Amino acid sequence: MRLNYPSNVKIILVPCTGKVDVIHMLTAIQKGADGVYCVGCLEGACHYNQGNLRCRERVNHVRSLLQEVGLEPERVRMYNLSSGEGPTFAAYAKEMTENIQKLGPNPLKKKAGVA
Amino acid sequence: MIVAKRKPFDEIMQLVKGHKKVLVVGCGTCVAVCLAGGEKEVAVLATELDMGRKLANNPVELGSITLERQCDREYLAQLDGMVKDYDALISMACGVGIQFLAERFPDKPVFPAVDTCGLAVNQDVGWYEERCRSCGRCVLGLTGGICPVTMCAKGLYNGPCGGTNKGSCEINADQPCAWFNIYERLKAQGRLDCLLKVQPPQEWKDTTPRTLIQPGYTKPEKAKT
Repeated sequence: MRLNYPSNVKIILVPCTGKVDVIHMLTAIQKGADGVYCVGCLEGACHYNQGNLRCRERVNHVRSLLQEVGLEPERVRMYNLSSGEGPTFAAYAKEMTENIQKLGPNPLKKKAGVA
Repeated sequence: MIVAKRKPFDEIMQLVKGHKKVLVVGCGTCVAVCLAGGEKEVAVLATELDMGRKLANNPVELGSITLERQCDREYLAQLDGMVKDYDALISMACGVGIQFLAERFPDKPVFPAVDTCGLAVNQDVGWYEERCRSCGRCVLGLTGGICPVTMCAKGLYNGPCGGTNKGSCEINADQPCAWFNIYERLKAQGRLDCLLKVQPPQEWKDTTPRTLIQPGYTKPEKAKT
């Protein structure tokens, strides 16, 4: 399909979004990532029944943790699409990048001790 | 098992505000099973504190460790060599573990990171319901296996009260009446005569800190003094 999507997006493959834990997303932000998003299968279409629903709950939890800490919850979000939707994947990458650019860089990057 | 709930982040931040080197101590037993204070939750809290303190321009040096149990000396002993390197400790164990940790290191401030919520069953992952108040005088044999102390809002031993309402409790229509359920279960078992046995008042004076020594065991001589 040769679709373009922003080069700042680094993809980490997991067998199912149900594998993504709160600490994975939180550590990414702690280490200076400007944003994290999880792209799961469409709700109701998880091959493991509930993986994407669990991920959605965890993403919501991380958003509330970020808010408690004093960071913008919008830095973390969940998207859903089917494996046949390449153009949607590229569109989500673009949308997420634009949203993060509006927020600006992760403020933790300016603080000492962040890699 | 004992269940607990993580304290709000702001409260924990306030507790450790003045400390620069803090050790977060998790417990790998009950609070790990109920997803409040095990290894994962220790990692999340340490990450949150690290980020929160950096954003507040008051960075903190954090250590983290999860012991098998905080209510056992043999596991607490693991901390003996490392506690001296920290200004304060945060415990993610139940109230028992927090106190035992504080007792072992009396010169270090120990702060709780969870609120202990009771003795509960595991209904599903992340969903727990209280079933026992550890009153010390179990009447489940006469109440069809339903605890009137825990499940009745008034903790009545000889219920129900006048507020029972077609199976619900007067405090809330969604709250079942424990004594209605006790009656239904005993009726189904043909044991309604159990209800005729009047229970004496609970001796609440016995709810001072209790000590339990199991049959076949004695308190070591050195601990008796």
